[in-house]
Amino acid sequence: MNASDAFAQLKFRDPERARGLRDALDRLVQHADHAPVSVMHVCGSHEQAIAKFGLRAAFPEDLQVIMGPGCPVCVTDVPEVDEAVALAKQGVRIATYGDMLRVPGTSQSLADAKAEGANVDIVYSVTQAVELARENDEEIVFFASGFETTAVATAAVLVDDPPDNLSVLSAHKYIPPVMEIVAEMPETKIEGFLAAGHAATITGSGVFEKFVERHRLPVVIAGFEPLDVLAGLAKLLEVINSGEPRVENAFPRCVTREGNVHAQKLLWRVFRPTGGRWRGIAHVPNGNLRLRDEFAQYDTRKRFTIDASALWDYAPPKLVERCQCGDIMAGISSPAGCQLFGKECTPDKPVGACMVSAEGTCRIWHQYGGRPDLRSVKRGAA
Amino acid sequence: MCLGVPGKVVEIDHENQIATVDFWGVKKQVRLEVCDAPVEPGDFILNHVGFAIRRIPPEDAAETLALYDELLRLADEQDLMTADVRAEIDAAPDANRPATGARDERK
Repeated sequence: MNASDAFAQLKFRDPERARGLRDALDRLVQHADHAPVSVMHVCGSHEQAIAKFGLRAAFPEDLQVIMGPGCPVCVTDVPEVDEAVALAKQGVRIATYGDMLRVPGTSQSLADAKAEGANVDIVYSVTQAVELARENDEEIVFFASGFETTAVATAAVLVDDPPDNLSVLSAHKYIPPVMEIVAEMPETKIEGFLAAGHAATITGSGVFEKFVERHRLPVVIAGFEPLDVLAGLAKLLEVINSGEPRVENAFPRCVTREGNVHAQKLLWRVFRPTGGRWRGIAHVPNGNLRLRDEFAQYDTRKRFTIDASALWDYAPPKLVERCQCGDIMAGISSPAGCQLFGKECTPDKPVGACMVSAEGTCRIWHQYGGRPDLRSVKRGAA
Repeated sequence: MCLGVPGKVVEIDHENQIATVDFWGVKKQVRLEVCDAPVEPGDFILNHVGFAIRRIPPEDAAETLALYDELLRLADEQDLMTADVRAEIDAAPDANRPATGARDERK
């Protein structure tokens, strides 16, 4: 696919506006007092839209749009996976979202445990885990992943008198704190963030105001249409150029300043933020969502004694040492800079978590053409 | 997994806080207890893992639906975004099966 083909895909929605936004991006990058300008988004769906619709072909050469830690499955840390695998191998039935199955733990993934006979069910919703628990007498552990948007659903189920044989092994994560960590990494030169529209539907755009104050970096909320992404980036560049960092909402049809207050109350009634490691990134203060004591009876970590030590007597394959998922999620490297990408590491045989999940940078780049950065191709007259 | 999917509310079971929602001809049961505003038949909602997380104002619905129309029209089974959209629709139970019913039956 060449650049003009890629851009032609945008024609299904308002080509005039797309061209206008592309020209605006060009102008705004030219007006920046330095080059290149680097911005980060933190959402797998944004990366899917950017890669699928070939948007990087429409970006100016001096605009770098980097995907940060926007894949909840990818940042689920090894000890969290080990907990689920250890329980599964103990004979406890696990229900989890499909992408979690192949995320590597220390020595095994849940898929490995399942291949050895463990009982692991894939669900699309926590409500399906509830149904499993209602239909069966045995213990059901819901291994919960996802950012705040998904954690709200888990919370809704836990306040709704769930069955006694259901418990939640929470690997839920909260996005705003990790943005602070990435902003402070000396290696990243991020000048602004594009925040995910549907997560902000819950949290509201206001949740980023303190971040902007502290770090003097602008945040723009954007939707997932190709035009939404272009419009969000244009707004972000505008704010960067203005020298007055602030939060802007470029997705007002889904996001308000205060967000879904009712959902926020539910989220914080059930979960408390706590520090923990995000795979490959860092220890993130307040980045993990764990069940509050009031919900201890549904907390897998309180209900079971989890002994994962049997999984640790293991020498990791040398390939894992060369995996760059952490640097890629921190915006320091890209799949193109990883020696394993597309060679030893593929969706069929993933080495790192970023190649496992449909929201992982590597998986997305692999799907939509090794390196969906078409700037090297002469731009067509789209 | 952070891409919610819009659908049109057809019917509401107020007692159980469940809406029957039409997603491109597929009718599903979507839970309403975390929605930001009361919904009525004819409204659109944004569904995420079986829960409505936002009522979409009717005047914004067409613009919101366009991306999904395109993804589902192309029906590329290998496509990651399309798979996400389908998974979100699959997350809600079918509307034509017996309702999970009142609390005492469920527990």
